Amino acid sequence: MIDIRVQPTAIDLGQELAHFAAPGAGAIASFTGIVRSDDGVTAIELEHYPAMTEAHLQDLAAQAMSRWSLISCAIIHRVGRIALGEPIVLVIAAALHRAEALDACAFLIDRLKTEAPFWKREFRGDSALWVEAKESDTARADRWDRADGA
Amino acid sequence: MRIVYFAKVRETIGCSEEERQVPADLSVAGLIEQLAGEKASYASAFSDPARLRFALDQCLVSPTTLIGASKELAIFPPVTGG
Repeated sequence: MIDIRVQPTAIDLGQELAHFAAPGAGAIASFTGIVRSDDGVTAIELEHYPAMTEAHLQDLAAQAMSRWSLISCAIIHRVGRIALGEPIVLVIAAALHRAEALDACAFLIDRLKTEAPFWKREFRGDSALWVEAKESDTARADRWDRADGA
Repeated sequence: MRIVYFAKVRETIGCSEEERQVPADLSVAGLIEQLAGEKASYASAFSDPARLRFALDQCLVSPTTLIGASKELAIFPPVTGG
């Protein structure tokens, strides 16, 4: 089962994770990205490309499902304005054992960060600045091109 | 075809989408060059092609890809979600 959602409403971490606890799923790994209060940031805003976002996330999830024989996985991403301390993204991977769940979860967030069409803008009071993409994120995503992801 | 712009590219051009007649044998890079010669706002938005990403009909493509029969071209900065 694949669950992809792009939503303007808050992500309920407890509720989402609880959905994944099912007999058979011996291991559930998750990653939550949170809005940081970097040097005076007061809020962030996420723009996306609606026609492409969900299809691309679906494709990433399908790759993870087959590569790690997952039982299920989810990618839930906020868009619009998000306050400090709130979740931006939640990735969950459920598998029989922890190695598959942990690797699949890392693959999904690494690839999402360099491929999925979202753009982040930081607000400091009235001023807004687009966040620049980081080389280190590309390097992390590229390691999954190798068979073991090491 | 429809051309859509996002984030800083959209802001610099001052427009989120437009319709244009584009020859099928033109590459994405060729189109960018043509637009940049048309107006200062395009020239400014496309001044550093290495910092641009492209999608044809919602699939990421390289700048050398030909427009062909695609219905939608998206031009945007490197993504920063997650």
